[in-house]
Amino acid sequence: MKIVVCVKQVPDTADIKWTENNTMIRDGVESILNPFDEYAVETAIRIKEAHPDSTITVLTMGPPQAKDALKRCIAMGADEAILVTDKKFAGADTQATSRTVAKAIKEKGGNFDLIICGQFAIDGDTAQTGPSIAEHLCLPQVTYVKEVEHSGGNTIVAKREVEEGIQKVEMQLPGLVCMVKCDYEPRMPSIKGVMKANKTQISEVSMEGLGLDPSEVGIKGSPTFVSRAFRPETRNAGEILNAANAKEAADVLIEKLKNDKVLV
Amino acid sequence: MSEIDLSLYKGICVLAERTLDNKLAGVTLELVGAAKELSKQLSGEEVNVLLLAGNDDVSPMIDEISAAGANKVYLIQNDGLKDYSTDIYAAVVCNVIKDKKPSIMLIGATTTGRDLAPRISSRLNTGLTADCTELAINEKGLLAAIRPTFGGSLMATILCPNSRPQMATVRPKVLPKPEPDHSNTAQVEKLEYDVDASIARTRVLEFISSCGTSSCLRIDEADIIVAGGRGMKNAEGFKVLEELAQVLGGAVGASRAAVDAGWRQHCDQVGQTGKTVNPKLYIACAISGAIQHLAGMNSSDIIVAINKDPEAPIFQVATYGIVGDVFEVVPALLEAIKCGQLTACR
Repeated sequence: MKIVVCVKQVPDTADIKWTENNTMIRDGVESILNPFDEYAVETAIRIKEAHPDSTITVLTMGPPQAKDALKRCIAMGADEAILVTDKKFAGADTQATSRTVAKAIKEKGGNFDLIICGQFAIDGDTAQTGPSIAEHLCLPQVTYVKEVEHSGGNTIVAKREVEEGIQKVEMQLPGLVCMVKCDYEPRMPSIKGVMKANKTQISEVSMEGLGLDPSEVGIKGSPTFVSRAFRPETRNAGEILNAANAKEAADVLIEKLKNDKVLV
Repeated sequence: MSEIDLSLYKGICVLAERTLDNKLAGVTLELVGAAKELSKQLSGEEVNVLLLAGNDDVSPMIDEISAAGANKVYLIQNDGLKDYSTDIYAAVVCNVIKDKKPSIMLIGATTTGRDLAPRISSRLNTGLTADCTELAINEKGLLAAIRPTFGGSLMATILCPNSRPQMATVRPKVLPKPEPDHSNTAQVEKLEYDVDASIARTRVLEFISSCGTSSCLRIDEADIIVAGGRGMKNAEGFKVLEELAQVLGGAVGASRAAVDAGWRQHCDQVGQTGKTVNPKLYIACAISGAIQHLAGMNSSDIIVAINKDPEAPIFQVATYGIVGDVFEVVPALLEAIKCGQLTACR
């Protein structure tokens, strides 16, 4: 099975701070591989372990430093990596991004069977890029996946987490899955893996290399744009209920909740 | 991108969602309510609801949509539409949009909505804004779709000026459900489209409900959530939270730490890698309040935090904080609720 994993390098949102003008303070913010993409890579590696003739190509669209995210994927166990990079890609919304990534997979991804994405990126949080890549490539998709089974043949079975429970969905290949958090954790890169990552040549491809027009990419290729960014109203800390013991604290809280018409 | 004649696109279309037990999803009514508000700023353009269903009786759903204030229901009934399928639904909804040309298309940000909406927007080459928490019309008459990004630390207003429809998925339980008005009658317009079930390239083999019993409440539906974190010590520790949730008619949630430890299931996880919830009351028990957790629950109406550590960040967002041991405070709370024969307001 030939697998393509789409990943994104993101700022660690736990560390993010903003200036008064709502630009991100990058100092001290670590760039990491999007956590959901780690599950995507881990899932690909597990398929490869079960089917050793598989290959794993990781691909990202981003600035040159996004290579670090690709290297981490190689260190985890991916075979090769492609960086889709061009200044003209800046300002892309999910539509322009997915169009660009889909084109890159078509041109450089070979005869792939399965594309694996993370369901969300923790910065944009849209969950749109994966399904949009599938649409641009006319592929079937399964989203909110927490496990992929492949027992050979032309299908996979994906466990999909929906509001009411778990669906087991069979999908024809080639196809695309978007991963949420799995029951297994992504592996840490081994020392051998890190050494391999340092030696692996990451291929780069630009807008021209993909045969895309400037009107199709970046801000020009994006139907949406951010017209305003603002800080959410911060929730103020309320009151600490002082009480001599647990019983008294419970009684005070209940009175408060009665006043708020939450309890009767 | 090619220019389109924007003046051909009018009105707001809401895609109705049905739950697995074939009821109207709550978010559909919230969207109709929001669309009615937007319509007031668009010279009263129509609010129409697209309902895709099998051949079962849909009249209870139509009554609900009607009472929420919709002008029309576009109804498409076909056996091939009974269960959601990405391929089939995307094809049908795109055809309806091409024919009816709504200016705005609203879809619930559920697992179904977020699976489907990007397929449609990409096929129609239009803009889609994900998981909005507020909608408005700007001074140019455009949909201003407002959403949290970066784990809720920044809000963005997103516009789609040059393509149509302007699409948005909207987070459930954030916008209010409209008061039912049974004097409103939505006109039902039955649409005939060929539904080719053979285009589906996925097939649901099996469904495993996340709850053993039908009385089990999902955290994303609950008005009251009692959630526990690392400080609950073990799976056994959650028993007292289950009891409290039960007397309050609520659901039990968990922090990532509790889920990673294997004490609770992932479907009960609140926060960035779990679910976003907006209950009336959120009781955080022994949860320290990492930013990723806060992102999933800080829009709750009232937050109660119970934690031993007075420095825990959860107290920064709590409406009421109790510094103390959950294993003393929660049983005391349970006792007091039972003695006072208290229940949650509906």
